[in-house]
Amino acid sequence: MGTNETGLIARIVAGEKELFHELIRPFERMVYLTLFSIVKNETEAEDGAQETVISAYRHLASFRGDAKFSTWLTSIAINEGRKRLRKAKGAAEESIEEQAEGHEGDFTPAPLTDWREIPLEALERKELREALRVAVAELPDIYRQVFTLRDLEELNVEETAEALGINPGAVKVRLHRARMMLQKRLVPFLKTTAPARRGFFGRAL
Amino acid sequence: MKLDCKHVWENISEYIDGSVDAKLREDIERHLEHCEICSAILDSTRNILVLTADDRTFELPVGYSERLHERLAREMESSEQDSTKE
Repeated sequence: MGTNETGLIARIVAGEKELFHELIRPFERMVYLTLFSIVKNETEAEDGAQETVISAYRHLASFRGDAKFSTWLTSIAINEGRKRLRKAKGAAEESIEEQAEGHEGDFTPAPLTDWREIPLEALERKELREALRVAVAELPDIYRQVFTLRDLEELNVEETAEALGINPGAVKVRLHRARMMLQKRLVPFLKTTAPARRGFFGRAL
Repeated sequence: MKLDCKHVWENISEYIDGSVDAKLREDIERHLEHCEICSAILDSTRNILVLTADDRTFELPVGYSERLHERLAREMESSEQDSTKE
């Protein structure tokens, strides 16, 4: 992907503008999800995604290739999202105070010995996906954003740190907490919706 | 060193990502062999990640891609006109 991307970018900058459609296609989903993780509203996220892509198109010549294109694009998306958030919150609130990760809060997972016996088909259930969407949306902002970049968009720790402007240690801490909060949220859900039958080892599910 | 459950939980995320050192990995794996609670936590967390990466979980709005490319095409057209005016 890397060399192909670099080649495409060079050709677009040299004048083959139409190729930008092709360049951006693999990243469309990522751009939308990044925006959505910040603005948490479909329409705002879509408008922001369009602005992000237009901005990337206009500024492509300034892309230096020392970062990955995906990281560069994600940074633009994050800025766009934050800008929209500021606007929504009103001019009175000039800057969004980043919530620092405090030590309060319970980030231990929920024990559930029977989970392993829940068949893989359970993951196919629509309700479970819906529950996960809701749980992710309800994560505190700083955790949701890291979780989105790492586990949804599959950026690595360094890329996530760079895109969010935080250090790699903070990425790891926030990701861990996000995952544990989600685990805790979804375990009871699975418990209550799992069919009442015996597991492989004779325990009730 | 024998690990307690809490220690495993604290490192579970990095264990999943493969970023714990070899010694800790070995200790965690030894613990998992006999601890059902931690094994279940590991599996459930992994399942959540599988579900997260599944494109059907986080869907895009219908028509998102089409609208995006239309907008982009309009942008290309107008920048084309600007450059021919110069």
